[in-house]
Amino acid sequence: MSSAKAHAAPLTNTDDSNPAERSPLILGGAGFASVTNSVAHIVERKTPSGWLVLFAAALTGLLILAGSLGKLVYTGVGVWGLNDTVFWAWDITGFVFWIGIGHAGTLISAILFLFRQKWRTSINRAAEAMTIFAVMAAGIYPAFHVGRVWLLYWVFPVPNQMSLWPNFKSPLLWDVFAVSTYATVSILFWYVGLVPDLATLRDRATTRVRAVVLGIFAIGWRGSHRHWLNYEKAYLILAGLSTPLVLSVHTIVSFDFATSVIPGWHTTIFPPYFVAGAVFSGFAMVVTLMVIVRKAFGLENIVTLRHLENMNKIILTTGSIVGYAYAIEFFTAWYSGNNYERFTFINRAFGPYAWAYWTMVSCNVISPQLFWFKKIRTSIPAMFVLSIFVNIGMWFERFVIIVTSLHRDYLPTSWTYFRPTIWDISLFLGTFGLFFTAFLAFLRFLPAIAISEVKGVLPEADPHGHGHGDESDDAHDAEAAHA
Amino acid sequence: MTPGRYIFPPWSNRLPPVVLACVVLGATGASAAIGYYGTNKHLEVGYQPTQPVEYSHKLHAGDLGMDCRYCHSSVERSSYAAVPPTQTCMNCHSKVRTDSVKLLPVRESWATDQPLPWVRVHNLPDYVYFDHSAHLAAGVGCSTCHGRIDQMVTVRQVQPLTMGWCLDCHRNAGPNLRTQAELTKMDWQPPPDGTVVAAITKDSKRQVNPPLHCSGCHR
Repeated sequence: MSSAKAHAAPLTNTDDSNPAERSPLILGGAGFASVTNSVAHIVERKTPSGWLVLFAAALTGLLILAGSLGKLVYTGVGVWGLNDTVFWAWDITGFVFWIGIGHAGTLISAILFLFRQKWRTSINRAAEAMTIFAVMAAGIYPAFHVGRVWLLYWVFPVPNQMSLWPNFKSPLLWDVFAVSTYATVSILFWYVGLVPDLATLRDRATTRVRAVVLGIFAIGWRGSHRHWLNYEKAYLILAGLSTPLVLSVHTIVSFDFATSVIPGWHTTIFPPYFVAGAVFSGFAMVVTLMVIVRKAFGLENIVTLRHLENMNKIILTTGSIVGYAYAIEFFTAWYSGNNYERFTFINRAFGPYAWAYWTMVSCNVISPQLFWFKKIRTSIPAMFVLSIFVNIGMWFERFVIIVTSLHRDYLPTSWTYFRPTIWDISLFLGTFGLFFTAFLAFLRFLPAIAISEVKGVLPEADPHGHGHGDESDDAHDAEAAHA
Repeated sequence: MTPGRYIFPPWSNRLPPVVLACVVLGATGASAAIGYYGTNKHLEVGYQPTQPVEYSHKLHAGDLGMDCRYCHSSVERSSYAAVPPTQTCMNCHSKVRTDSVKLLPVRESWATDQPLPWVRVHNLPDYVYFDHSAHLAAGVGCSTCHGRIDQMVTVRQVQPLTMGWCLDCHRNAGPNLRTQAELTKMDWQPPPDGTVVAAITKDSKRQVNPPLHCSGCHR
């Protein structure tokens, strides 16, 4: 019955007028085998020429990154537009931008899992991959802005002949631990989830080399009952470990600013405000990527409009929280009665960086409000454009917080205006090169959709459900065993 | 079709713990090796360059009992413990051992007015600001850092001069401090029980308060 409905209107499962009967998550009457086939096919077929073109473009970006970092290391951080007054600018903006984007992956993989949100299954794999690559891109900035990157090991508490020990009172050190924990747990989570799917690909491999390589990474997965039992337990533990990370990582990133005494940074609302912003930007990035991926790889039946609409609802929610935070910042500045605090915020909105501030407000506060309209949040072109706006806005948010708070120092003689150099810009472009190189490689060589998890949300997988009338139980077993 | 039912031989089941053990042992071994062979204790201690003159500190400072400050005269007033000019040597050697072959380079330097190219033994990095006068005023004697110079024919480095080594004393200077009269006393030993002999009492004018912040030494 449900498949008949799906065939009639294949791509509209966003009708929530009847709460008693939820629209199906996976469309097109897909069974176990067809899910496996449609996902594994992406990895197993001949390399599409379109992918090669995109990969070449991404590699160009990666080369720009290498060149920018080479120039930076060879010359020093002076190649950036930083000065005595504005000592953090595009570097830390880029760091917070990328680390924030990663948060959607953790939220989808951990929190939505614990809340039994079944729609996460179609997007979690790609979102987790995005998280890892975003953290990689983010890590470049703090690593290289220290100037002498070969001394970076000083940030870790390694016993050394200098008796040099990191300052545990500094939020910058907490950041090191927060981000490295985040990267480790994200990679583990991603990999554990990949194991059953890697085994599926291994069993479908047509060459010995492919079977051996996939077999090594599938660490002997046979899909036995015991394996699944251990897998589910491990997955649940990792979800439990990741859940606090969704909140803690960006909280600690916000401490980099909030624990200082710079007007515009020294604010107690920073942790929730930053976390909401991070989830906001992360979901926008997932929407941007998934709109392209589902179209390019013909996954419209697995990553359906309902998935995208749900993400747009999260963008609307977090975007509203961010907008509220912007308003409260101004209220607090006024209510504090502190002249410096007031000046900073008036200067932020009407000073030399007003153009950046209002770009941020238009992109982050106004544009997501359009998602109140169902027509807009279920329109692919509209959500694609809006999700890009959100990410532009979130980059500007970090730029506004960092640069406008710094460029008016306590001493008016130090007042300045920050301008990026070509190397600031090229490094930022380069991090996109790194991100997209990694993401495109992921799409080509690993299953972009969690095959085993998507099967779990099919009607056939529900022992109490009605199932598909046209498929016998034997067929299910055979398919499940084969996959 | 699928290449065989089993891809890996049975022994591959034992590989993961073996690989893990190799990684753990290898990492531990590498850290230990770098910690031992890669640090100043191994690389710098014992540095003993050949000097342009076969000058014996053992003879002058040890057997003859000359005070360090006769030659290194600026040590109490300057950051730098001056290496003596040829003239200082000639104060005595214009009368003593005037025909010694070992002193030929000194006399040559005296005649040509060209300084002797002494080779520096205790060399701190350029980013370290070290002041001899401050250390002496606080009561740190020569032998604490330079060792028993009076027993060395050719001077060699005996302490690692690492930042950790500096900080060990900066964090707890007391036991290493002596009275001003004992500064150049070569056989001075810190008391074995760690008591403070040159105590900075409430009545003393100077407070010894070694800097522990970065810009204490990196200015």
